[in-house]
Amino acid sequence: MQALSSDKRDTSRGDSSPSRGGKGGDGSIVNGGKTHPHPNLPLEGEGAAIKFRFDLTVKLVCLLAIFLFARTSFAAVNVLATTPEWSALATEIGGDKVSVYVATTAFQDVHQIEAKPSLVARARNADLVIANGADLEAGWIPILQRESGNRKIQEGSQGYFEATRGLNLLDVPTSVDRSMGDVHALGNPHVHLDPRNLLKVAAALTQRLGEIDSVNKATFEARNQSFQQRMVEAIKRWEILAAPLKGIPVVVHHQDQKYLLHWLGMKEVAALESKPGIPPSTGHLSDLLQSLQREPAKLILRGGYNDPKPSNWLAQRSKIPIVTLPFTVGGSKDAKDLFGLFDDTIAKLLAGIKQ
Amino acid sequence: MVIKRTIIASVVAALFCVSARVWADDMQEIRNEIKEIRESYEARIKNLEDRLKAAEAKVTEPQPQGPAAKPASSVANFNPGIGLILSGFYKNLEKDPGTYSIAGFVPGGEEIGPGERGFSLSESELNVFANIDPYFYGQLTAAITGKNTVEVEEAFFKTLALPAGLSLKGGRFFSGIGYLNEVHAHAWDFVDQPLAYQAFLGGQFGQNGLQAKWLAPTPVFLEFGIEGGNGRNFPGLARNKNGFNGGAGFVHIGGDIGESTSWRTGLSYLYHRVKGREFEGESGTFGGITNSFDGKSKLMIADGVLKWAPNGNPKETYFKIQGEYFRRKESGELAFDINGDPTVNPFAGSASVFSSSQSGWYLQGVYKFLSQWRAGLRYDELDSGTPNIGLIGQSDAGTGITIGDDDFSGLKKYKPKRLSAMIDWNPTEFSRLRLQYSQDKARRDITDNQIFIQYIYSLGAHGAHKF
Repeated sequence: MQALSSDKRDTSRGDSSPSRGGKGGDGSIVNGGKTHPHPNLPLEGEGAAIKFRFDLTVKLVCLLAIFLFARTSFAAVNVLATTPEWSALATEIGGDKVSVYVATTAFQDVHQIEAKPSLVARARNADLVIANGADLEAGWIPILQRESGNRKIQEGSQGYFEATRGLNLLDVPTSVDRSMGDVHALGNPHVHLDPRNLLKVAAALTQRLGEIDSVNKATFEARNQSFQQRMVEAIKRWEILAAPLKGIPVVVHHQDQKYLLHWLGMKEVAALESKPGIPPSTGHLSDLLQSLQREPAKLILRGGYNDPKPSNWLAQRSKIPIVTLPFTVGGSKDAKDLFGLFDDTIAKLLAGIKQ
Repeated sequence: MVIKRTIIASVVAALFCVSARVWADDMQEIRNEIKEIRESYEARIKNLEDRLKAAEAKVTEPQPQGPAAKPASSVANFNPGIGLILSGFYKNLEKDPGTYSIAGFVPGGEEIGPGERGFSLSESELNVFANIDPYFYGQLTAAITGKNTVEVEEAFFKTLALPAGLSLKGGRFFSGIGYLNEVHAHAWDFVDQPLAYQAFLGGQFGQNGLQAKWLAPTPVFLEFGIEGGNGRNFPGLARNKNGFNGGAGFVHIGGDIGESTSWRTGLSYLYHRVKGREFEGESGTFGGITNSFDGKSKLMIADGVLKWAPNGNPKETYFKIQGEYFRRKESGELAFDINGDPTVNPFAGSASVFSSSQSGWYLQGVYKFLSQWRAGLRYDELDSGTPNIGLIGQSDAGTGITIGDDDFSGLKKYKPKRLSAMIDWNPTEFSRLRLQYSQDKARRDITDNQIFIQYIYSLGAHGAHKF
């Protein structure tokens, strides 16, 4: 109601600033003012005032039309990324042409998340959902798709992107049965810890962003090129730095560091979880302690979102140092972006083996 | 002749030479071409060999492993998701469950009460679901009961491609009213539904109909929904009638507070026009009788849920608190002892005005204190109020019988209460074992101590993590 009365005041004062009405963005309010002229207008000026109002209305309607139709050209692409690493990648490629909302943090187990109301609301307005795929978000992405009323982000639509699609996944099981624990039928989903995978995902994401926002296609491509260059150089640097890590035997908490170990040539000798997703039991940990005496490990690795109790228990008894890795962007103070993630991960691993 | 022959011979020789020359030139050209081709192939082969060597050297690059077993035909690829819930109980009920009633309330169907004593089977729930095409999603939930019957709990389609945040659901489905109404039995935090759900909705309200929802384009979750259907379930009743026979409307708002807390709250309204809703009653004068209600039933529900987990990570610990408040107003006519013999009961079949205003609420908290263990506490309370029944106070001159509130003994004012505590063990997200104790004071002046042991197993397709 306030907007309506202020519009009326504006027109009767002869303030024709169109940007004011344009911001309000509601043509019906202005039309309302036109069909019901202000009763207090001076009589002799009424014709002029109506004509003036008509002009203003036309201008506002035009402005509104321009605003509505041209919106896609300057509005940022709304992205809902399920995890911090894909959010970071979207920012690398999209820059200020994308507006990214990330569904989880480095301290949350992505597999356990519920389809929270806040996520349904964000999915409603998303132009693009960047999911990890390989069933990592199987518990909540389908609900977001169904409950959001957003046709852009449905399975098979342009606005639904899965990072793992097109990548070669590790640990693809030849058969699956839940007795094996929380196995992923499509393979280990935590692909982002091999930075060479990031290059491939970035290329696919660039293409997808270009399809969604063709106006900014060139920008995405240029940003991708810059990202690829920096990342390739960084990978070279990291591989040299990480040379001493090759062959180092480690204990992991969950199978979520697989790609990192694979990339750096480290050796996983045991996992705290007896089966994927099954919380470590004291029985299993005791067995582990014994087997570590036969086949010793240099480090115990865990992510920020893993329960620290089992690794602490094992570290105390086996005297093997624990390294808490950031796992994803935001998982540590230094893992501010994808480059920081690997800088910090490798620095922590190197510091770990020097202990 | 000789000259002629010589000329011919030299012409032939010349021709031969020329053609041989030309032929030789062609040969050279062909040879060159072959050489070029060979060189280019050799270069290509070398290139390929180099690339192969490079690829072999790059052993650390993830190699495609590919699923070893692929479905034999594309038919299997399009199989819908199939999930099965297995659940059963052992119940130790102090009082005979056959006598169960919620005092002061019209009985809401068969699904109320604690169920059978001893070992029993809960509904085995079969879920089949898939996207039908780019425009629709479809789902069937069939409940195979312990009594060897099959019930269609839900069977609906839902649109996926409507614009502007709109979606339409049709078929049979649980209504979107309240918070718990849409939640399937296997996802409940306690063995049974809150008393309010049992008293006001006969457990859970679903009907055959349509639901339209609109999600507002706001960063805060804001959802509006309306439903219409045949009103086949309590408090409604299916009628031989075209069009809608019951409607519901709801609004839900939700969001996050920081990283650790999420909430949702809502307001719902359910309306029915009821015709001939019969229910068993106990009359002080005539014994067991059947009454029948015609009129309007209006139910309002206010619900709220808040979930907290450290860093928003529910894997090791979380706390959840939820509560709902119900208020129902019914008004119309009540027909007394409709099957009664007029020679015994002069009021048999006579209708009089009826109105009631009833309320109820529950509040429950569930705490996950270890990654596999949860404990919960729930309190239920209902207030039946005193219904206004026109027949009370009327007397028959011939027999001298006066109808009193004892003739509607089930509807006399009462405040049923219940306190429940549970603890459950969840080895994985697919299995749950639960122990629950309830002190149930739903029957008039009777306390029933109930102990439940329940198992819930989820097989097949990965279940949805609904908020």
